[in-house]
Amino acid sequence: MVNLIWACMAMIGIVYAMFNGTMENVNKALFESANNAVTLSIGLISILVFWLGIMKVAESAGVLKWLIRLFRPIVEKIFPEIPRDHPAMGYILSNIVANIFGLGNAATPMGIKAMEQMKVLSGTDTASRSMITFLAINTSSLTLIPTTVIAIRMQYNSVSPTEIVGTTIIATIVSTVSALIIDRYYYFKSVRRDNK
Amino acid sequence: MSFITTVSAWLIPCFILVVLLTATYKRIPTYETFVEGGKEGVKLAFSLLPFLVGMIVSIAILQASGAMTAFIHLIEPVLVMIGVPPEIIPLALVRPISGTAALGMTTDLIENFGPDSFIGRLASTMQGSTDTTLYILTVYFGAVGIKKMRYALKVGLLADLLGIIASIVIVTLVFG
Repeated sequence: MVNLIWACMAMIGIVYAMFNGTMENVNKALFESANNAVTLSIGLISILVFWLGIMKVAESAGVLKWLIRLFRPIVEKIFPEIPRDHPAMGYILSNIVANIFGLGNAATPMGIKAMEQMKVLSGTDTASRSMITFLAINTSSLTLIPTTVIAIRMQYNSVSPTEIVGTTIIATIVSTVSALIIDRYYYFKSVRRDNK
Repeated sequence: MSFITTVSAWLIPCFILVVLLTATYKRIPTYETFVEGGKEGVKLAFSLLPFLVGMIVSIAILQASGAMTAFIHLIEPVLVMIGVPPEIIPLALVRPISGTAALGMTTDLIENFGPDSFIGRLASTMQGSTDTTLYILTVYFGAVGIKKMRYALKVGLLADLLGIIASIVIVTLVFG
């Protein structure tokens, strides 16, 4: 599916540009965006190095285990396939905590570590059930305090920059809960198909 | 307000403090462990590079050609009919595809309509309550070499749709 979406975005764009006379823009965007993507990846190095370093220390110090113990009851229900004391749990939780506080930069490295551990559990290059659940939670956004948005609102002299925190929290809860329900629906659908 | 900003500012430094205190107490070689973990970060960033270049270029072609704008104009009348403010439609469509583009649009809407307008509040809520699905799937699956995503994309996009609908309904109820 991602192959199809990826190719279609580019193909539709190029064909549209033929008729719309925007081929010039497409050409420019092609090389500029490739350049931006490289800058973005290189920019990720600082965040990844710093957080993976700190998380390695946290792991060997046992701090991740405290986190697991604290949230175990909830997370066990959401990720039934992950064994109780598996390191994947610790990374999943750190990712969720970082997301909740709007620390997107810290959340990504932990999310990647969580995926790595879940791959160790499944041992294939096919997405496992827990991976998809984890991504469903992430894509629906867990941000309870949207710091970037608050900063922009302050910049444009909002009377109350944080008044959107309440609506954001409600919308986030709705989208995360529905993501989990949709995830369960497709999981059970795929199980039924495999059993036929 | 000041409480929230204080928590956000204190959280990371305090987390680092707790980690380092515990590690030192347990006599773990903190610096060496940090460097060891950091090395993985360098490798990761480079292995992600082709995934990001591929995805970002494809999105840029779609945007630069004008096809995205044309598509938005095409479905606008239908969405306006069910009560979606037309100004918010481009943001709703771009949010799952491109994080930087969405942030740009949100800033633009806040600048043009004011942060305390209905559109400004709706854009703020939408920006905060959904995430860039395509980017997350690219980065997380790309980093660990998952080739078959199965139903992940479907779940992500449907969740975005519901998040956007939820934002519109809630902002209308609270501020409308």
